[in-house]
Amino acid sequence: MLHTVNKSPFEKNSLETCLRLISESSSVLLIEDGVYGALKNTSVSDTVINAQKTSKFYVLGPDLKARGLDKSSLISNIEIIDYKGFVDLTVKNEKIQNWL
Amino acid sequence: MLFGILVNEGPYQHQASDSAYLFAKAAIEEGHTIFRVFFYHDGVNNGTRLATPPQDDRHIPNRWSELATEHEIDLVLCVAAAQRRGMVDPDEMKRHKKDADNIADKFRISGLGQLIEAGVQADRLVTFGD
Amino acid sequence: MEEELESGVVKKFLYINRRAPHGTVYAHEALEVVLIGAAFEQDVSLAFIDDGVFQLKKDQDTSEIYTKNFSKIYKALEMYDVEKLYVEKESLESRGLTEEDLSVDVKVIDSSEMKALITDSEVIFNF
Repeated sequence: MLHTVNKSPFEKNSLETCLRLISESSSVLLIEDGVYGALKNTSVSDTVINAQKTSKFYVLGPDLKARGLDKSSLISNIEIIDYKGFVDLTVKNEKIQNWL
Repeated sequence: MLFGILVNEGPYQHQASDSAYLFAKAAIEEGHTIFRVFFYHDGVNNGTRLATPPQDDRHIPNRWSELATEHEIDLVLCVAAAQRRGMVDPDEMKRHKKDADNIADKFRISGLGQLIEAGVQADRLVTFGD
Repeated sequence: MEEELESGVVKKFLYINRRAPHGTVYAHEALEVVLIGAAFEQDVSLAFIDDGVFQLKKDQDTSEIYTKNFSKIYKALEMYDVEKLYVEKESLESRGLTEEDLSVDVKVIDSSEMKALITDSEVIFNF
């Protein structure tokens, strides 16, 4: 299943709730302000790193770039994808949950 | 693949409409079909004909109209949400005796059944909101 | 009035409610989708998570904020054959609520059951 999260974890609990309720082997795509959830050395980084044990994380490149971030700002093993990659993820995953 | 897209927020206020548009464009470029883009809550404001953003900024309502024209996409504003927020097409204008309509090209106003139908008929329903 | 889609397809619909009522329009307008959607004979469940649990709090009285008290509609959902209402236990407890505080019959489920409900659903609505 594909989960997207579009809010910063420092603003709203959407990422926290998402990670509480996703099953193993899910894909999580961070978009819009949700990309801040991918940053290393934050108060939520460990939660994400832990979730990476069972789910694959992606972050939307255009949203990262817009916010002055790049791969060097991120937790390791988070794949940066573009909108084409976003579409591909929705095709590959039969079900989608968009956390707002 | 057939996509349904739900846009829950108005233009400029949130990134939702931008993200939805870029997603729709990418899906089309990948050879997929957009079954319908349904606008709900403040999302109905994406259908205004009267927006005048600065020249050096994207024109959100217009580019939806252009995408719909180029690829025959069904852009639907929820009638209940539209009525609350003053988005009016010629029919609604007559029905509710308003002195103007304000809907942009290629948008139409219809019921929530259109959203449900998108959920049932599309292979994927993707939601963009706040 | 019952609407039938030509295909006769039935999907598992899940409406996820995560926001408190009244401060924003989402709870109210989400309910309108549920009511209209009820006519389409899909397999419908509603999930109340995070602040969404507040939507079901008893005794809501909007008379002094002059808004429509749509909370009464939750009780009427049964008449529309929308009967599967699930409330996340963790969300309820962290907000100091119990099942007795709620205005309708619901099934209180824990996070792992909610996880399963989400995974099992085919079309998920978020507002």
